Amino acid sequence: MILSCLVFLPLLFALIVAVWPKVSTIRHLALGFAVIEFILSLGLFQRFDSNSSALQMVEKFMWIERFGIQYFMGIDGLSLWLVLLTTFLTPIIILGSWTAINDRIRGFHVCLFVLQTAMLGTFVAMDAIFFYVFWELALVPMYFIVGIWGGARRIYATVKLFIYTFAGSVMMLVAIIYMMYLTQEATGTMSASLLDFYKLQIPFVGGTFFSLQTLLFFAFSLAFAIKVPVFPLHTWLPDAHVEAPTPGSVILAGVMLKMGTYGFLRWVIPLFPEASEYWAWLFMLIGTVGIIYGALVAMIQPDVKKLVAYSSVSHMGYILLGLFAFNAYGIGGGLYQMLNHGVSTGALFLLIGMIYERTHSREISKYGGLASVLPLFTIFFFIITLSSIAVPMTNGFVGEFFILLGTFQANPAFAYFAVSGVVLGAVYMLWMFKRVFFGQKGELVKDEHHPLHDLNAREICVMIPLVLMVFWMGIFPNHFLNFSKASIDHLVKNRTNYNLTIYSTGASAATAAPQEGN
Amino acid sequence: MNHSVLMALLILSPFIGFLINGLRYKKHSANLAGTIATGAIVISFISAVSLVVDVVAMPEESRRIAVTFFEWMAIDRFKINAGFVVDQISSVMILIITGVGTLIHLFSIGYMHHDKGAAKYFAYLNLFIFNMLLLVLGDSLLVMFVGWEGVGLCSYLLIGFWFTDKEKAAAGMKAFITNRIGDAAFLLGMFVLFMTFGTLNFAELNAMAPTTVEASWLGALTLGTLFLFIGATGKSAQIPLYVWLPDAMAGPTPVSALIHAATMVTAGVYMIVRLNPLFIMAPNTMMVIAIIGAATAVLAATIGMTQWDIKKVLAYSTVSQLGYMFLACGVGAFGAAMFHLMTHAFFKALMFLGSGSVIHAMHEEQDIRKMGALKKYMPITHITFLLGWLAIIGMPPFAGFFSKDEILAYSFNSPYGSPILWAAGALGATLTAFYMTRLMALTFWGKSRVPKEVHPHESPALMTIPLIVLAVFSVIGGWIGVPHAIGEHLGHLPNFWEHWLHPLIKPIPGWTPIDHSTEWMLMGISVTLAALSAVIAYHFYVKSPETPKKIAESIKPIYNVVYNKYFVDEAYFGGIINPLINFSKNTWYYIDVNFIDKMTYVVGDVVKGMGSIVRSTQTGNMQQYAMYIGIGVVLALSFVIMR
Repeated sequence: MILSCLVFLPLLFALIVAVWPKVSTIRHLALGFAVIEFILSLGLFQRFDSNSSALQMVEKFMWIERFGIQYFMGIDGLSLWLVLLTTFLTPIIILGSWTAINDRIRGFHVCLFVLQTAMLGTFVAMDAIFFYVFWELALVPMYFIVGIWGGARRIYATVKLFIYTFAGSVMMLVAIIYMMYLTQEATGTMSASLLDFYKLQIPFVGGTFFSLQTLLFFAFSLAFAIKVPVFPLHTWLPDAHVEAPTPGSVILAGVMLKMGTYGFLRWVIPLFPEASEYWAWLFMLIGTVGIIYGALVAMIQPDVKKLVAYSSVSHMGYILLGLFAFNAYGIGGGLYQMLNHGVSTGALFLLIGMIYERTHSREISKYGGLASVLPLFTIFFFIITLSSIAVPMTNGFVGEFFILLGTFQANPAFAYFAVSGVVLGAVYMLWMFKRVFFGQKGELVKDEHHPLHDLNAREICVMIPLVLMVFWMGIFPNHFLNFSKASIDHLVKNRTNYNLTIYSTGASAATAAPQEGN
Repeated sequence: MNHSVLMALLILSPFIGFLINGLRYKKHSANLAGTIATGAIVISFISAVSLVVDVVAMPEESRRIAVTFFEWMAIDRFKINAGFVVDQISSVMILIITGVGTLIHLFSIGYMHHDKGAAKYFAYLNLFIFNMLLLVLGDSLLVMFVGWEGVGLCSYLLIGFWFTDKEKAAAGMKAFITNRIGDAAFLLGMFVLFMTFGTLNFAELNAMAPTTVEASWLGALTLGTLFLFIGATGKSAQIPLYVWLPDAMAGPTPVSALIHAATMVTAGVYMIVRLNPLFIMAPNTMMVIAIIGAATAVLAATIGMTQWDIKKVLAYSTVSQLGYMFLACGVGAFGAAMFHLMTHAFFKALMFLGSGSVIHAMHEEQDIRKMGALKKYMPITHITFLLGWLAIIGMPPFAGFFSKDEILAYSFNSPYGSPILWAAGALGATLTAFYMTRLMALTFWGKSRVPKEVHPHESPALMTIPLIVLAVFSVIGGWIGVPHAIGEHLGHLPNFWEHWLHPLIKPIPGWTPIDHSTEWMLMGISVTLAALSAVIAYHFYVKSPETPKKIAESIKPIYNVVYNKYFVDEAYFGGIINPLINFSKNTWYYIDVNFIDKMTYVVGDVVKGMGSIVRSTQTGNMQQYAMYIGIGVVLALSFVIMR
């Protein structure tokens, strides 16, 4: 029951917020709810067996019998941390948007909680249709968040965001339906269960685009690649980020982009092993190009938020590269980098939001000398910058290192190019840092009549958990990796013949062991 | 005391100092912060000494204290521990870092007492020591890399310490990014070695080193070691990545002494010595190292001859001396490299601190054209600087003589060496003697050119005591490595240094000891050349100050090229950085804005256009609909009838 509770509790919260009589206390209420949700999600650790690669805490009921569509949830080492990332970021986002969102507070928090349900559902759904419902549901509140609370060109950005992601998703829906028919052909009964999909042997012919597995592979990949977003499908992201309000950007970068990379990990790679392997070069190539392209373009952006948006393209390129290396280092690093990116880019957007509230500008050239005016803000920004450029002992390093190691093992040529991202990352972040924080006081900083105030207690509370995570994940990565190891190993070893079993308590050790041998 | 506790104290005490000063950086006065920071390093120093004492007490072949705190990161076969080792090589390093570090912290209390950000300064300095200790104590390449990037970070923070000055902030950024280029190569080196040997642990790597040399350029060993060496060129300021170090002089002078002379910049040399069993089996890499080292030694020395900023001269001198250490590594003289690393740490730290004392006395003036005859105002600074000068130009029996002589002897005699490398080294030594004498003459001797409003004065004891201690070591520091050629005439004085490092240094394949007459001859030549060059420089800059100007005038084009540092910075900007920025702007404009987005619009327009075709049928006009129905019925009927 714990997964259902986790997924649908935010929906209940949304209802309560919607009818709550006093608007002035909605923020406190929402924060309380989000914290409760986070504490509840910590309960997962108590039940999670990190030695097993099986699907745990499963809930499975028939939903639409005729089509074999089930209410099917489960969690394993691949999704555990993404669920926690979502529940961890939500209270931070609510606290971070305390003063950024001033109108329609009720509607905003309703959107936020619906979005949380959708994101959590995406990560734990194990039935294709069930997954698709959550996947599309996530788009709706996001549409409103950007469209209502966004900046000047918000309508343009929302339409772009919606059309891009929706176009990809439709292809996926077609593929899902096709695969449901395939299960019927194979077993006689139609099923949308992912576990049944895994058992399918989809014919693959190399060298041609029009083979069944390749087509299905690209149908899914397109949906996920747009969400990630992968070069050259990324142009909706900078627009969406620039126009989105701070909390929107944080959710978008922190969690929603991971839905794409998670999709590759959970769906594409195990479902279409031959096609994935055949086309791995393409995805490693666009990953590498994305790393370099994102970094170069980030370097010359005049708007700090756009810079961070393009840095996301670069960082997400790393993740894609790692996943398509197909080895434990690449996939482990990719999974880790998803969490890192959630923490560090989320924190960067929060920080940019904080300074935007003070100056109402994000133009780099109007800043300068901020370090001597806002020392605390500077320290936080610097720590997150370090995490973003992957300095050892911060979380970013662990992810980037494993990804590059995995890439090197799989195909050194890509590693030679991708490693330039290590340099370029430092270039765009430190150059921006220098122009914003160092040097003479800029136009916005020296205004005597409106002196800037350093972070207040609330903003410090927003940043501290993120900074703690940066170092915790950097110094003790094993605390996190240990929960995912079994699942990653299982995926790497059985990639061409992947299957997931349902965890049964008591017999865990006995059932887990023979599976490994498959 | 328990070794784990000692190791933890050694490493963590500077970190705790950093936290104390860092968290209360607004509250702590310069004196309080300085005392806390220095205290933290003293604790480290005491722990280091007790560890080294224990190492010395161990039997010769098993001198090694290894402590593992926890498993740091592990996936699959890749497992790295937070493990630290004190052995013959790292014990030298920890003594230098904490010992010289303590002196520089002391000096800083005097130097920084008027600075408002003193507590922040000391926090960074402690953080630096912490990272430097990680670097030298780490038992694997990856743990070393943590410190490796960490010291780069602290260097960035300290170079840009006075960040309101745009130039200084830019210098910090330049240092970090140039280092990052090296670090990227370092990562690749680790990948190659891990894929080849399946480990990054130093002891395991060294044990697995092949027993035959690898002749191919593309072999794993050559490739791996070459990548690591590129990493070293970044950190240790060698061609082509040396450009950040002269700019790094923007930081406070004690920082230049600690980071950019004595410790951090020697990390590349240390790393190569650490992995000497691997490097020695890759002769191609060794050749590259030797050539780059020798070239850097000469190139930097020529630039040093033309600079007017006291710290810039010392900076180029550091680049040049680091070139010597790499030359030593490249010809297989790893012991000599470590030896020169140590003696250089003493005399260069001394000279940087001395220059700090001068700058302090001259009210932040760094131009040696505005100095002269300072010896009568600053006797202690002068005497100590003088001893450092004798050491660096390699006069016997000062420290630099022994280490430099050993490097030159090996460059001549080693199978990896050659007379050309020796000649380059000797040329470098000659140039060094020239520009160092020039620096002495312009700063301390000759006529005073000090502006009237400046009243130079000797620095307080807090600053002169570290100078004196370092001066003593600059004199006697070389005596532990007296070569056999000299030692046999001093009652068979053994070479303690060689003996100490011997178990960890792989012998050069095919090496035969140099015969003593050759060694004497080489020594004689290099010392004579250096002395001659020093005398000429003395004559030029003290006796007839017009001569060097005339010479510079007569070779103006060449002089200008050298004075402008061979326009390397300009070449990098014009050839790499600006084109890259333009390229990025263009790609963004043409690909993102004008291609991908335009394509999206085109797709959108097509969809819209198709929609409008269909829409034109939906007019709401009854007659039109009736017509459609009519046409439909006719079509359907004709279809049925035709069948």
